[in-house]
Amino acid sequence: MEVFLSSAIQFGAIFLFGCVGEILTEKAGHLNLGIPGIMCMGAAGGCLGVRLTTMGESPNGVLVVLCGILFAMIFAGALGAVYAFLTVSLRTNQNVTGLVCTIFGAGFTSFFLNDVVCIADVTVASKLSFASLNFFKAQIPGIEALGWFGTIFLGHGPLIYLAIIIAVIVAVVLKRTKVGLNLRAIGENPATADAVGINVTGYKYTAVIIGAAIAGIGGLCYSLGYTSGNDSTVEVTIQIIGWLSIALVIFTMWRPAVAIGGSFVFGALYILYSYIGVASEFKSLLRLIPFGVTILVLIVTSIIGHRETQPPASLGLSYFREER
Amino acid sequence: MAEHALELRHISKYFGSVAANKDISFSLNRGEILALLGENGSGKTTLMNMISGIYYPDEGQIFVNGEEVKISSPQDAFRHKIGMVHQHFKLVDIFTAAQNVVLGPYTGGGRYGVHRINAQVAQIAQKYGFEIDPKKKIYDMSVSEKQTVEIVKVLYRGADILILDEPTAVLTPQETEKLFAVMRAMKEDGKSIIIITHKLNEVMSISDRVAVLRKGEYIGCVNTADTNEQALTEMMVGQKVELNIERPVTQIDRPLLEIRDLCVKNDMGSPAIENLSFFIRGGEILGVAGIAGCGQRELCEAIAGLRKVEGGGIYHEGESIVGLSPKAIYDKGISMSFIPEDRLGMGLAPSMSVTENMMLRNYQERRFGIKPIHASETDKPFAARCKRLLNRMGAFVDRHDPFVDRKRARAEAERVIEELDVVTPSTETPVRRLSGGNVQKVLLGRELLTEPNVLITAYPVRGLDINSSYLIYNILNRQKEKGTGVLFIGEDLDVMLALCDKIMVLCHGRMMGVVHAEKTTKEQLGLMMAGALDLAEEKGKTMGVAKDSRIDEREDETWSA
Repeated sequence: MEVFLSSAIQFGAIFLFGCVGEILTEKAGHLNLGIPGIMCMGAAGGCLGVRLTTMGESPNGVLVVLCGILFAMIFAGALGAVYAFLTVSLRTNQNVTGLVCTIFGAGFTSFFLNDVVCIADVTVASKLSFASLNFFKAQIPGIEALGWFGTIFLGHGPLIYLAIIIAVIVAVVLKRTKVGLNLRAIGENPATADAVGINVTGYKYTAVIIGAAIAGIGGLCYSLGYTSGNDSTVEVTIQIIGWLSIALVIFTMWRPAVAIGGSFVFGALYILYSYIGVASEFKSLLRLIPFGVTILVLIVTSIIGHRETQPPASLGLSYFREER
Repeated sequence: MAEHALELRHISKYFGSVAANKDISFSLNRGEILALLGENGSGKTTLMNMISGIYYPDEGQIFVNGEEVKISSPQDAFRHKIGMVHQHFKLVDIFTAAQNVVLGPYTGGGRYGVHRINAQVAQIAQKYGFEIDPKKKIYDMSVSEKQTVEIVKVLYRGADILILDEPTAVLTPQETEKLFAVMRAMKEDGKSIIIITHKLNEVMSISDRVAVLRKGEYIGCVNTADTNEQALTEMMVGQKVELNIERPVTQIDRPLLEIRDLCVKNDMGSPAIENLSFFIRGGEILGVAGIAGCGQRELCEAIAGLRKVEGGGIYHEGESIVGLSPKAIYDKGISMSFIPEDRLGMGLAPSMSVTENMMLRNYQERRFGIKPIHASETDKPFAARCKRLLNRMGAFVDRHDPFVDRKRARAEAERVIEELDVVTPSTETPVRRLSGGNVQKVLLGRELLTEPNVLITAYPVRGLDINSSYLIYNILNRQKEKGTGVLFIGEDLDVMLALCDKIMVLCHGRMMGVVHAEKTTKEQLGLMMAGALDLAEEKGKTMGVAKDSRIDEREDETWSA
């Protein structure tokens, strides 16, 4: 049970990165369906960063983790910037652009990880694996003494706490600050925001790129924080996680604070199949539970029909000032 | 210090090949209220959008306090203390009033204290005499409250020059008075105000000077004190307009549409119409007067079959139409055109072209034109049966023609454009690109094409200029002469008194009485609208029930039971 909950939190953190990134993007009125691809890019970038810093004899743990995160954010942010340029400046259809980003991101990652970073090189693979085990899963010393509490809540690597911190920061920014208020106004009604003098384009670019960068850490979190860093089909799993993250946004009704709890529910549901003994035919069915729950939430919120549980009003619509 | 708060010199703006504004120059003095007057599509809103930074002028200069400025974005406008209240409110629905007010980059960064903002908003409201609840969400607000938020928003941001785009179009007379009081308070405070409006009586009562635009050109500027409504109208339309609306005498018919004890609920589930009885005869125009939101919309929707009838009956030529589908009711010849407050909402698809909007009503009517096979007496029984079967199949296929008749729709669109004088580049232009008045003409024109025998028209002249309004009154009169029963839900009492044969007054969903237009006065109608005078109970007889009703008593029992 303790192991299950602990794993749920670990896996949930991956969802949390993707979900918080997507919430930030959607609050700016952009439905980024490229999140799965962007998370793949994060995995690719993160692995490159970790590989660069683990070349030497005795790599510095802190540097490895920081460099991994930085490269994950840069790679993911780059794809996010492409998406932003297409949808904000060129006003292309957001759904189509997002799907293109997903396909590109997955393909690029498959190529980049297998043929550039690892190149079927055993030393590189083992170094990545070593880094992921030692640095990305480093625990706070002495937590064994705290029993089940320590195992469930404190026995995780740094990325898991980073996810929660980012979620809290984004929640506070959106709810409490003027920047958040302006951003939400853009997602609701960009013409209004424009008329009061908010830089709509600037905000949109910033939100989309930062959102993508946050989601990218999720990819790193899966490839090195959860597996051992030498999974050659990593992009397949990350894509599934990416889609679930987008579903999680709906599940949490666009609230990053709720996403913290929601992501652990999704994490638990996602790994449930390997912890309960059912015939393997049913395991794939069990993995559908998160999607089922999301549909349920959509039904419930639409029946209640409260204005504040609805998506941002101009989600998915391009904004052009002089259009009537 | 220069004398002018704002000065425009030779401003021009082109949309494609159309000049929305041509060489416009005028000025706004400090601490005055300037009314900007013009017909629909005369470029008032475009001009104001250039001052507030939504559009950028193609030619010309703008001076604020005597200095030339470039206003290329709303931020620039605010930097020069220019604030605009748009006709279509620019508010975020899920935010509170205070959150909407504080929105934007120039009010101090970082964390915003909710309490501080609420207090500031309340303070501004108090200073100018607004009534506003800073914590109320926009989606819970009435139109007038939303407008108040817009004005407070502009004031909060320190604007000295305020532009109000048709602020009174959506307000009741009382709310308008309140707004004018606020505007006078702002003027006292040294603010300069430009107000865009169509309503001449408001121009006369609120403004210091009037600037007139016609078809994108500047006609002139006069002191309000030195002019009158007649002179302004002439400036605006360029020719003398016949101010009298004709009311042709027609042969009135038996009741076409009868409403008995109708009860309808509004969207919130509270009663909107209570025990309403009235009737419309062929060849008459029945006006419906009432303050906005007194059940007019619900009444229209109930008759058109769009809203559930909670009790009572609606009879068309003696037949109940309660519970029929909107299409079935429409096929009976009951046609509705409703112009909502925001003008675009109901009846037209904004991104579809004029032609396609024409098709929306009758796309199902196209037939392949399959002719039935003629059966003769001499046919053998088997052959006759085959023919019957074939004919039935043919008729089925004929009804289910999957193609639409574009050619016919385009011809209809061209007819509407020509007859109603719609200004549009082509029949294939999306409706949302047309100006508000032209959109209205398209909607009304489409309803008239089908030659209905009961025409329900709500606010058909809302926001229209004088010429277009007269055009529409003429169309309604022509319908009346043809024997159509017209239900005219209107706003302007003067117009209703001149146009309608009878006027029914609604007050909070209840009928206050039906009066003959030539026998009543504006004051009497006003009292009835306010609920102070109830003629429905007078003389001991029930008003609104026709003596020569087509509803027979047997039916009468079935619906009252």
